[in-house]
Amino acid sequence: MLVLKKDERLGNGEVSCAEPVLSSSTIAAIVTSLGGPPGAVGIIRLSGPSAVSIAARLSMVVLDSHGNVIDEVLVVPMLSPKSYTREDVVELQCHGSEVCLRRVLRACLDAGARLADPGEFTLRAFLNGRLDLSQAENVGKLISAKSTAAADAALAGIQGGFSSMVKSLRAQCIELLTEIEARLDFDDEMPPLDFNLVIDKIHKMLQEVDNALETANYDKLLQSGVQIAIVGRPNVGKSSLLNAWSKSERAIVTNIAGTTRDIVEANISVGGIPVTLLDTAGIRDTDDVVEKIGVERSEAVATSADVVVMAVSAADGWTSEDERLLERIQSNKSASSSTSPVVLVVNKIDCASSSCEWVDALSCSFNKHVFTCAVTGQGLSDLESAIVELVGLDKIPAGGRKWTVNQRQCEQLVRAREAFLRLQSSIEEEIPLDFWTIDLREAALALGQISGEDISEEVLSNIFGKFCIGK
Amino acid sequence: MAATLSFHLTRFGSHFPLSSSRFNPRFFCKQRPQPLNCYISLYCRFSRTLVSSLRPSPRRAFCVSASASQELNNHRNASDERYDVIVVGGGHAGCEAALASARLGAKTLLLTLNIDRIAWQPCNPAVGGPAKSQLVHEVDALGGEIGKVADRCYLQKRVLNVSRGPAVRALRAQTDKREYASEMKKIVERQWVETQIFDPPKIYKDFGLGSIPRAKSISNTPNLSIREAMVTEILVGKNDNVEGVHTFFGMKFYAPSVVLTTGTFMSGKIWVGRTCMPAGRAGESSSQGLTENLQQFGFETDRLKTGTPARVDSRTVDFSGLEPQHGDEEISWFSFDPNYHIEREQMCCYLTRTTKRTHQLIKENLHETPTYGGWVEAKGPRYCPSIEDKIVRFQDKESHQIFLEPEVGVCLNSMCRVLSDNGFPGFSTGLPEQLQLPLLRTLPGLENCSMLRPAYAVEYDYLPAHQCFRSLMTKKIEGLFFSGQINGTTGYEEAAAQGIVSGINAARHSDGKSLIVLERESSYIGTLIDDLVTKDLREPYRMLTSRSEHRLLLRSDNADSRLTPLGREIGLIDDMRWNTYKDKQARISEEKKRLKTVRVSGGNLAVEITEVSGQPVKESSTLENLLKKPHVQYKIFDKHGFGNDLLSRVEKECVEIDIKYEGFIIRQQSQLQQMVHQQHRRLPEDFDYYAMTTLSHEAREKLSKVRPQTIGQASRVGGVSPADITALLIILESNRRRAQEQRRHQLLTSVMVNGGQEVSGTHIKEATNT
Repeated sequence: MLVLKKDERLGNGEVSCAEPVLSSSTIAAIVTSLGGPPGAVGIIRLSGPSAVSIAARLSMVVLDSHGNVIDEVLVVPMLSPKSYTREDVVELQCHGSEVCLRRVLRACLDAGARLADPGEFTLRAFLNGRLDLSQAENVGKLISAKSTAAADAALAGIQGGFSSMVKSLRAQCIELLTEIEARLDFDDEMPPLDFNLVIDKIHKMLQEVDNALETANYDKLLQSGVQIAIVGRPNVGKSSLLNAWSKSERAIVTNIAGTTRDIVEANISVGGIPVTLLDTAGIRDTDDVVEKIGVERSEAVATSADVVVMAVSAADGWTSEDERLLERIQSNKSASSSTSPVVLVVNKIDCASSSCEWVDALSCSFNKHVFTCAVTGQGLSDLESAIVELVGLDKIPAGGRKWTVNQRQCEQLVRAREAFLRLQSSIEEEIPLDFWTIDLREAALALGQISGEDISEEVLSNIFGKFCIGK
Repeated sequence: MAATLSFHLTRFGSHFPLSSSRFNPRFFCKQRPQPLNCYISLYCRFSRTLVSSLRPSPRRAFCVSASASQELNNHRNASDERYDVIVVGGGHAGCEAALASARLGAKTLLLTLNIDRIAWQPCNPAVGGPAKSQLVHEVDALGGEIGKVADRCYLQKRVLNVSRGPAVRALRAQTDKREYASEMKKIVERQWVETQIFDPPKIYKDFGLGSIPRAKSISNTPNLSIREAMVTEILVGKNDNVEGVHTFFGMKFYAPSVVLTTGTFMSGKIWVGRTCMPAGRAGESSSQGLTENLQQFGFETDRLKTGTPARVDSRTVDFSGLEPQHGDEEISWFSFDPNYHIEREQMCCYLTRTTKRTHQLIKENLHETPTYGGWVEAKGPRYCPSIEDKIVRFQDKESHQIFLEPEVGVCLNSMCRVLSDNGFPGFSTGLPEQLQLPLLRTLPGLENCSMLRPAYAVEYDYLPAHQCFRSLMTKKIEGLFFSGQINGTTGYEEAAAQGIVSGINAARHSDGKSLIVLERESSYIGTLIDDLVTKDLREPYRMLTSRSEHRLLLRSDNADSRLTPLGREIGLIDDMRWNTYKDKQARISEEKKRLKTVRVSGGNLAVEITEVSGQPVKESSTLENLLKKPHVQYKIFDKHGFGNDLLSRVEKECVEIDIKYEGFIIRQQSQLQQMVHQQHRRLPEDFDYYAMTTLSHEAREKLSKVRPQTIGQASRVGGVSPADITALLIILESNRRRAQEQRRHQLLTSVMVNGGQEVSGTHIKEATNT
């Protein structure tokens, strides 16, 4: 480690000549989605130094190499550096059918462009400094976003909400480092260090990192969604609840107990988060073979769901069957050591014979309780807000911080957090100034890893994983 | 490129990849390009005979045994003077370079303009200080001289930054500059008179200055010659390799390695106010012609400026009102060699301050200073500013500290150590002489002083060091090395650090051995050189602790365990010193083991530790645990009889640091490991940066100019952004993957071909290995 292992005049014997992979080629690809029903307009993007000349060769009417007219297109040039990749970019908007798109792309390739590798536009944007790593990572998120909130978060990520927070934290670390290090060498010429100010700064940075970490959970929800299992004894209105909530007729509703025998799914969005509702068979002891399997499945779903909604009927009140069911749910939960919250939904509130005082007695068994009427839709918004609170969405300020944190970023944030904590204890123990720099540098390194300003092996492999290059 | 590459291989003869780690020095041998597979044990100090028998070279003809008689012959037959290494310049870089080279067995010639000014300290006579002391310790750990001479010639010593952590602690010595120069001269001269008995310096005899250093002479290098000469030309051979030097009076000296340490002398000019004269230092002529010669070979040169303070007659200074600054009671040492730890009586420094009148006087006359008047364009050091720079840059500061340092003169009354004059670091100025005395007299204590020599600025040529490799060999001319101020540094310590590296490498080059590079993370020396060759520096470079990212690992106290094994491998650490070193390390590690095992329950020690640290002491805690508590020092163990008398103070300090800051050290090490892997990734020499469109234009230009050897270096080149580094890494990684793919492809096809001929797998393996 200390001494070079090779003579420097020898150079690097192995690598003979390095022709850069990312040469000055111009790349082209269809950037709108294929496979679905054709849209009215499809887009082909060209990026690279000869993007403009290729587009010019094709002209407003795209001709193939034999001079046949392929399509009529709208040409949108975006010149370097004010484009997505910071290269010359031309987008050709042609008719949306797959045949059209493929033929126009073919013509571009014939005119000298190269087919872009997956993610190559984003890679170029990243390499040309248009996006940093966390921004580039969000491009992928945006493309595969399932809900509006997820798309908003990804977009906020691209626009740099998160990375500008990380960058400013890192800048603060480095500023503090500079302050301290300058005093190591030029103490006489500098005003004395204000320790309280430094401690304050560190505390604030720690706070910001903590806040960012909270959104890590949100990111997971945005990406994978929430599963809500609706359970209860037969004929309390579980299927009606699902239908009313999802504003559909997904589940068959009858007066006959045991109508639902299998799991019925419906997708909705709660507070911008994709939610899957799972209607289950009413749980009871039964001899019916099919219904028995249904009941087993209901229990399985209830244990794996993120939130369990237990429905009871206000008309019947709290019955001994409900009591037994609750016990079963709780014992299943503790067996699988799950911590998913359980919400009590008192349905058919319109049919309530008396005041529902028994609910208060049960409040310690449930995380929340809500009164609903599936037929009129009464109480559904209360149910949604209960869910929002239980999965922790209310901690994300609406309209405030929209970006989210992925796993890789989360690890580095944790690393930065630990460094700040150690730094605080160093200050408390009155360890000399010079030692503070070690943990400050650690924090700066961790934060730099997030934005890709400090490149580690991990970041590099991330880049290669993301952009399919070098294969 | 392939052609040049193999050409280098044959020319260098042997390239031994040299690797070393703190605990486990090892050598790897690499196959030579010749049909010989030669594994030389590098513990053998001079593998010279072996090498020359393998590869007879005409330039080694004179070097096998150099003796005094041969010297004489050479003098008679002047046209034939051949050496292994020629060092041009006898300053702090030149002396280290010449000594290292000679001690490695190379027949060395030291050319200097003035033999009586060897290792002169023209600025303030002090060695060490923050970051610089680390350099001195490191040079000493490698087997250099600066630390020993400073230990021998100190007038006062102080450890600075004691409370700021072990990494920034720094030793500074005020030195007797005349004694320093004469000591160094003796050492340099002694290198070829083996039998000479060490004579105590005259000054001690005459003035009875306490104990006489009777250091046992342990290194005798009978092959260093000194000659006064002004080098005007570098002789270059057909293959862009250096062949020797040509002097002003027409002499030619030949050697395959030449080290240039021209200091401030190359086209030097000194300025006092608006007046200037060609000179390298006050009273010494500059060297002319060499700059133009180097420019002809395509070297880029530029101008730098530095200042030196005024001297005043100390008998005219009123010290009574000044704050005295005494030396440390317990003396610390630069050298790790206890044979040089000889205490002597110390002198006192004094502190005074600039006053309102000082500031006013300077502000009124700014137009009279070279920089602000605009007639000297060369850049001065930001980190060692002149007084006018300080006052302009720190407008709101009402007063600056000024040191009055002792400087022992030759014409003293015996027994009476009166300072004959004073150096003023931090009071260097470019003001005209007639203004300097009034300026000095604004300082408290100096109201009636008389000035012996005005402060002056010196302007000189340097060669931006991106033209050198990290071995300090120039990229353009093989065998030509640059060291010291010629590379744009300022300071004796920085010069010495470069000197020892270039000296070692010059000797190794002339011997056909691989050159040595100290990585940035290994030492301050490595950091210094890395900064010089990668950053396009345009102002004098001074070493600072903050320049090292991993300074907690690069402390003064562990300089020996970092570098002495390397010094041993190189051949600058003799058996005696090596044994001393090993014994010390053994004692330290034994003591650390002891502290881990000895347990304490209650008692006075526990009480005091609770008091000092504010933390409770658990039952049967180990001494190690106690030492880790805040504010607890090893001294407490000594006080309560838990210390170990076998250890010296320094060794106890090492134990304390290793244990007390273990967590931090481990953390920094892991940071380093994380980084090093990436940073040491090599960049191919023939990388065509201009063709990399993913790099910014500025990065393409700068990288093509500096041609860094590693990713880490590239990232430190000015104008290269993190995005550029990412792009470089991606290009490297893609190339690697592509090369791997190609190899796999080739292997597959060869398997297919051979498979047809029914050749077994083992044969294929052999085939691919050759």
